[in-house]
Amino acid sequence: MNTDQLVEALVADGAAGTNPIGRSLGLALAAGIALSLVVFFLTLGIRPDIRPALETWRFDLKIATALLGLVLAFGVCRDCARPDMPRHPLRRLLPLLALIVAAVTVELALVPEAAWRQRLIGSNSLICLPMVPILSLAPLAAVLWTLRRAAPASPVLAGAAAGLMAALSGATLYAFHCFDDSPLFVATWYTLATLIVTSVGALLGRRLLRW
Amino acid sequence: MAGPDDLSALMRLARQGDEEAYRRLLGQIAIWLRAVVRRGLASAGRGPAESEDIVQEALLAVHLKRETWDPSRPLGPWLRAIARHKLADHLRRRGFHDHLDIDEWSNAPELAVEVEAPAAIDSRRMLASLPDRQRTIVQEISLEGHSAADVATRLGMSEGAVRVALHRALKALAAFYRREQP
Repeated sequence: MNTDQLVEALVADGAAGTNPIGRSLGLALAAGIALSLVVFFLTLGIRPDIRPALETWRFDLKIATALLGLVLAFGVCRDCARPDMPRHPLRRLLPLLALIVAAVTVELALVPEAAWRQRLIGSNSLICLPMVPILSLAPLAAVLWTLRRAAPASPVLAGAAAGLMAALSGATLYAFHCFDDSPLFVATWYTLATLIVTSVGALLGRRLLRW
Repeated sequence: MAGPDDLSALMRLARQGDEEAYRRLLGQIAIWLRAVVRRGLASAGRGPAESEDIVQEALLAVHLKRETWDPSRPLGPWLRAIARHKLADHLRRRGFHDHLDIDEWSNAPELAVEVEAPAAIDSRRMLASLPDRQRTIVQEISLEGHSAADVATRLGMSEGAVRVALHRALKALAAFYRREQP
């Protein structure tokens, strides 16, 4: 088959009906989150004191941090799906980093030093650590599946971005269950759980996202 | 070769279903790829013998990965990124690991000069690797120039089924290159 003949086959396949990759990624993420929502309500459920919790700044800040992370990670993932990825795709995450550092600083200033340890360890760390990754599984699978249609400049980085986005969607759900609202707890255990899922995404990306 | 802006416009037309625009676009991209790939192979100390295989692999990627192009951006950088990726990948499979920066010369005006297309070594083997029905469909369309509708009538299939089989065959061809070892 010479190249002109290949071109004829490509033309016959057609270029119409092309969905932007960002939209496909958004749909995949939404489908994954929908599945994780079912898992969430079957296993954990929303904490019983959700109404008073919503009126505390620590709970609201926890949800806002996870949501901000999710939105920013989506941008990183979409950038990483392209062959002409921007030079510094992780730069988008700086606001998230700034928010976490600010929240921890405020918490350290407000809470007496004797209580730091208890706030950091909280009561749920052993549930948080496995549950955030479990709630991330469906979004990670859906996003990686979609990224196989993409052309990532770096498969490892694209996989990691998929893992980060999936982890933050899992973390957002989990945050509605967990009683530990201290920024010290969130910055430690949520971050650790997120790093686990991000690493899994990077490893899978290396294998699955080559093109 | 037309400027990058024209290429972006052609791709936009192609995405709206303009077949002729897509044919012209892919033809022009092939000419550009051929020159870029030859130069890349030369700077890696290799002759042009394998160049058409890389051109075809990159064209398949342009087609199958077109949804990663953002229409609000120019097509040129996206095309260069695909060419760089496929060239580096091809060379890596053959044990060449040095950094190769095609950006330095992929805009050079002399690349616009058309060189004769050599034969692609792998595509005959590629076609042979396809299931019978997919191979027949690809051959009828690409080698004999039939439309999908004609092929459907000749094979007693629906036009939709022919299109699905063609798309699967193209994905299989792209996968064939990735699996293939030197």
